[in-house]
Amino acid sequence: MKQLTVISGKGGTGKTSITAAFASIAENAVFADCDVDAADLHLIFKPDIKETMIFHGLKIASIDKEKCTDCKKCYNNCRFDAIDEDINSIKESCEGCGLCEYICPVDAIQMTDRESGFSYISDTRFGPMAHAMLKTAEEASGKLVTVVRNNAKALAEKKKKDLIVIDGPPGIGCPVISSISGVNLVLIVTEPTLSAIHDLERVLGVAQHFKIPAVVCINKYDVNLDNTEKIEYYCKSNDIDVVGKLPYDNVITEAMIHEKNVIEYSKGDFSDMIIEMWNNMRGILKP
Amino acid sequence: MKIAVASGKGGTGKTTVATNLSLSIGRGQFIDCDVEEPNANIFLKSNINEHEDVEVEIPDIDKDKCNYCGKCSEFCAYNALAVVPSNVLVFPELCHSCGGCKLVCPKNAIKWKKKKVGIIEHGFANGIDFYHGLMNIGEIQAIPVIKALKKKVSKYKDVILDAPPGTSCPVIETINVSDYCILVTEPTPFGLHDLKLAVDVVRHLDIPFGVVINRDGIGNKKVEDYCQNEKIHILLKIPDRKKIAHLYSKGIALVSESHEWNEMFSLVFNRLREEVKK
Repeated sequence: MKQLTVISGKGGTGKTSITAAFASIAENAVFADCDVDAADLHLIFKPDIKETMIFHGLKIASIDKEKCTDCKKCYNNCRFDAIDEDINSIKESCEGCGLCEYICPVDAIQMTDRESGFSYISDTRFGPMAHAMLKTAEEASGKLVTVVRNNAKALAEKKKKDLIVIDGPPGIGCPVISSISGVNLVLIVTEPTLSAIHDLERVLGVAQHFKIPAVVCINKYDVNLDNTEKIEYYCKSNDIDVVGKLPYDNVITEAMIHEKNVIEYSKGDFSDMIIEMWNNMRGILKP
Repeated sequence: MKIAVASGKGGTGKTTVATNLSLSIGRGQFIDCDVEEPNANIFLKSNINEHEDVEVEIPDIDKDKCNYCGKCSEFCAYNALAVVPSNVLVFPELCHSCGGCKLVCPKNAIKWKKKKVGIIEHGFANGIDFYHGLMNIGEIQAIPVIKALKKKVSKYKDVILDAPPGTSCPVIETINVSDYCILVTEPTPFGLHDLKLAVDVVRHLDIPFGVVINRDGIGNKKVEDYCQNEKIHILLKIPDRKKIAHLYSKGIALVSESHEWNEMFSLVFNRLREEVKK
């Protein structure tokens, strides 16, 4: 089984629209939305949820005020400032380490499970899908990404699929690393803007750090041709293939408004270019 | 006054709004808290002249004292320590520096050592006191770098904080000190969906907020309808123009190209000042 993750460094370059379009081309694939912070793929896929599982992220300190003697040991030792002076646990700051529970001399603190979100297994018109939702102001998105990826793998094995296509999150941190670890290829979607070029260099650094092969797509390449040339030169000198160049085209937004991917919505040039890009990656993703 | 600029969805124009707002007032502080992918200085162009390492503490095992009892790895909630018969393995990138392992060790065999996880840099540009942070490539935790940046927030100046995308820990760490939060979105289904998530976060944290619609005209009217129904102020609409996209691509701020934009962002700033006074 092969795995492809679509990432970008900078947000809003078109990851999800491109991943959604691949769904009309990829044969025998499972799809996973690993942008659990701000998941959008379901807006196009319209999944029919078959299974919902509670996600327990980090644990949280729960303080029994009856037992508490106000010795303030927990307050003085918590490195996350997650206990206030009146000995209340601060949910947004607690990282669930359990030090307060250990240090409390009267056993007034217990680490308890917190319901941080849900993971889902669904059917869609493109095939099976694994996705998730992180609750408001919850942490541990990297851990939830791992849950989604494990669900996708189990789905692929069960349904005898030979490819997993993953929509990744922006950035270079914890959820990104969880989304790309162990995959066969990352597709980095960039734009010809100075910001996106800066971010491309950093996210490529992450892929190289974890020794994952990477290819690049330049979206909206005609917004600044000089910068597009710079990206192509940069990729060439770093031995990275530019597998696709897509023009600025509002058809992507129109398709999104109709809750379709661009290939379903239009048979125009833009769709052909996405198919061509897929064909450029097909060799690496062959079962 | 401290203003955070956030979005939920990435690439909606946080940095555009934050940098133009800052340049239109031409003073105060600017703190780029998107430490994974900081871009504000591409537009502000400050001369970076100070660098400071951001370090966290990780366990250092004294193998002469250690009896491999395994209490540290048993305690560690992040699986950052593994004890095998004659060795203790430390996985620094998993460590949250909670201090628990040192506390539970019965042989006093754990000390702290420093590990660099990123840097923060400082400079000046056009009267603006500028800071940004850069998390090291391959690190997983942005929070220590954001916390180090937040120590630079001035009590006496107007401060603009540029937040990372998303709705989880790094965003909350950035916006929870602000007096007002600007949420930047675009008028598309993805923009609306992620705006709703971001609204949940600012309401949860009880921070006053308003919305800026970027690339106005590309999608539909549903973001506006939503804001109207929820009684959310729309502070500004930035039209979808190829000229604006081109300026952005070259790292040029809107306010430095036209007096009109300068005035519009100044008006937004004055409006926020009134809102925060209330």
